[in-house]
Amino acid sequence: MKVLVLGVNHKTASVEIRERLAFNGPKLEEGVLALQQLEEVKEIAVLSTCNRVELYACVGNTAAASEQIKDFLSGFHGMKRPEFEKSLYVHGGPDAVQHVFRVSSSLDSMVVGEPQILGQIKDAFEFALAKKTTGVLLNKLMKKAISTAKRVRTETRIAENAVSISFAAVELAKKIFTNLGGKSFMLLGAGEMAELAARHLVNNGVQEVLVVNRTYERGCELAGEFNGKAVRWEDFLHEIVHADIIICSTGAPSYVLLKEQMQKVMKERRNRPVFIIDISVPRNIDPEINKIDNVYLYSVDDLQEVVDTNIHGRKLEAEKAERIIAEEMEKFDRWMSSLNSVPTIVALRQKAEDIRREELERLRNRLPALDAEQMKAVEYMATAIINKLIHPPTVALKEDSEDRDELIAMIKKLYGINGEENEE
Amino acid sequence: MGVELILFEIALTFYFAAAIVCVLELFKGTRTTSKIMLSLAVAGFLFHAANIIARYVLSGHIPIANLHEASSFFSWCIVFLFLFLEYRYRLGLLGSFIMPVVFVIMLSSSMLPRKMEPLSPVLQSYWLGIHTVLAFVGDAAFALAFGIGIMYLVQEHYVKSRHLGGLFQRLPSLQILDEINYRLITIGFPLLTLAIITGALWAESAWGSYWRWDPKEVWSLITWFIYAVVLHVRLIAGWRGRRAAILSILGFCVVLFTFFGVNFILQSKHTF
Repeated sequence: MKVLVLGVNHKTASVEIRERLAFNGPKLEEGVLALQQLEEVKEIAVLSTCNRVELYACVGNTAAASEQIKDFLSGFHGMKRPEFEKSLYVHGGPDAVQHVFRVSSSLDSMVVGEPQILGQIKDAFEFALAKKTTGVLLNKLMKKAISTAKRVRTETRIAENAVSISFAAVELAKKIFTNLGGKSFMLLGAGEMAELAARHLVNNGVQEVLVVNRTYERGCELAGEFNGKAVRWEDFLHEIVHADIIICSTGAPSYVLLKEQMQKVMKERRNRPVFIIDISVPRNIDPEINKIDNVYLYSVDDLQEVVDTNIHGRKLEAEKAERIIAEEMEKFDRWMSSLNSVPTIVALRQKAEDIRREELERLRNRLPALDAEQMKAVEYMATAIINKLIHPPTVALKEDSEDRDELIAMIKKLYGINGEENEE
Repeated sequence: MGVELILFEIALTFYFAAAIVCVLELFKGTRTTSKIMLSLAVAGFLFHAANIIARYVLSGHIPIANLHEASSFFSWCIVFLFLFLEYRYRLGLLGSFIMPVVFVIMLSSSMLPRKMEPLSPVLQSYWLGIHTVLAFVGDAAFALAFGIGIMYLVQEHYVKSRHLGGLFQRLPSLQILDEINYRLITIGFPLLTLAIITGALWAESAWGSYWRWDPKEVWSLITWFIYAVVLHVRLIAGWRGRRAAILSILGFCVVLFTFFGVNFILQSKHTF
């Protein structure tokens, strides 16, 4: 049994690909249940957020399973495999575990330390749990991913960072607008960080919220969360005139707002100031826009710089987090190999039992004169012998030792156990 | 030395102390320093008011009859408006941009001849009080708009350049600076307009003609045009923020020239 992770995120895939691969709304249930039906997949959970789509699976054979899953994705989302394959990352075994822990601890996020991803992972696993598509391995992995994320949050200052970025954005907005009450705000695109900042702004009194998304339905969903209004992608240049604060996080490959367009917008706004935060990677808003009067453009890096003057040793914190993850990975690994030793123990017992039964049968044929009591004594002796013989290797297999995997292999070889058949 | 002169010196000293504290505040400001600065400014303001009243009593007319008195009254108006804004909005650091200006004007006032001369018969009119008070309250509003304009430019520079160090935290928000700047000009502009009209009426009654292209009149008109443009482009073209701040700074420079420069460089019938 191995952990397999397949996915795309904001670093590997453009927003179009992420959106096409997303498991939104009813697609999630449909997808999870269909994935579970795949021959190679034993357990499955699906995480689908604005910035990433990831499949967590428990499989026997990683190569075969990933092929099958890729074919499934191609069919399910109506995309040809080459369209998404180069954006797709596949991790198996320890790499997969590490990846899950890094994602849950928000080390893999666009803005490192943002807290929402943990909740999203919890939701994804709980959904899978409710649909009964997970089992021992994924359940344990989920618990570990959550506890690791909590450790990272409490033992390092990584989480402070993301909070301070959206805090810095609000502080800055207050230095431009005095107070945010009555201001209107446009969320262009979506994303973990953008939503976090949006929430901060709303908590600080921003009144009108406009949500623009390429997928109108997704926009409506988000708008609902903020009590706002969804705007169609085609209309955004029209509506942007009303926005005092804009957060852009569309992940488009090129600029969605050019200087000339913004100049027109400013004319229409009669130069009322605009504060724009461009979270997108690559940048979605022409940096030249900052040169227009009364337009203040900040990228995530700029905000980061603002925050960095306050937080020292950010790198140190990241290293600390990676160390925690390594520790937790080791623990998980040990648990997994203990899981691996169970079938071996069972097989070993089975083997001994088989030998015992076989030999007793042969004895009975050779010495039919033995009466019931004598036979019972012989049987007892045979049982005692095999028990005494398999006791030490069983104890060794159950023991939590570093070389357990080797031990399992050795015992299988020494006793001639063919593991695969007995694993179930 | 007369009482009114001693009062003037005390006021000047308080303003000096306030200006020093204001400048120090730029480097290291706390709540205590701004409280100290405000108390010093209030003390200076009160002694200054006593000085003006004393001069009124002694001379029997509104003490705005020569350049010394005029600049003194002008700075008193500025301090009055400053204290009002401070009371109303509590803008951080406004004092640092205003009190030095007040001190410089007061200092130049202190160096001008302070003798109280009997008013020449042409000036003996109720127009003197109306015309000059209107002009100086208007100019004081422009002076504050100037200080606020500078604050705006400094703060804007921080936000635009994304280096949020230094005074960023303590300066008020861009929006409030822009708003107050605008409001001050909407106060100053009608006052200046009225001052020019009353001046013309007064000129007609004293010299027999409304407008004689006296340099002071010409420069007042230039000032009026500048602020008219500030308001016009703001209302029509929505010029606000940086451009409005620059214009209000420029406007005040012209005000200062009209006030001091014209008297020293050009010949004018105005004694101040």
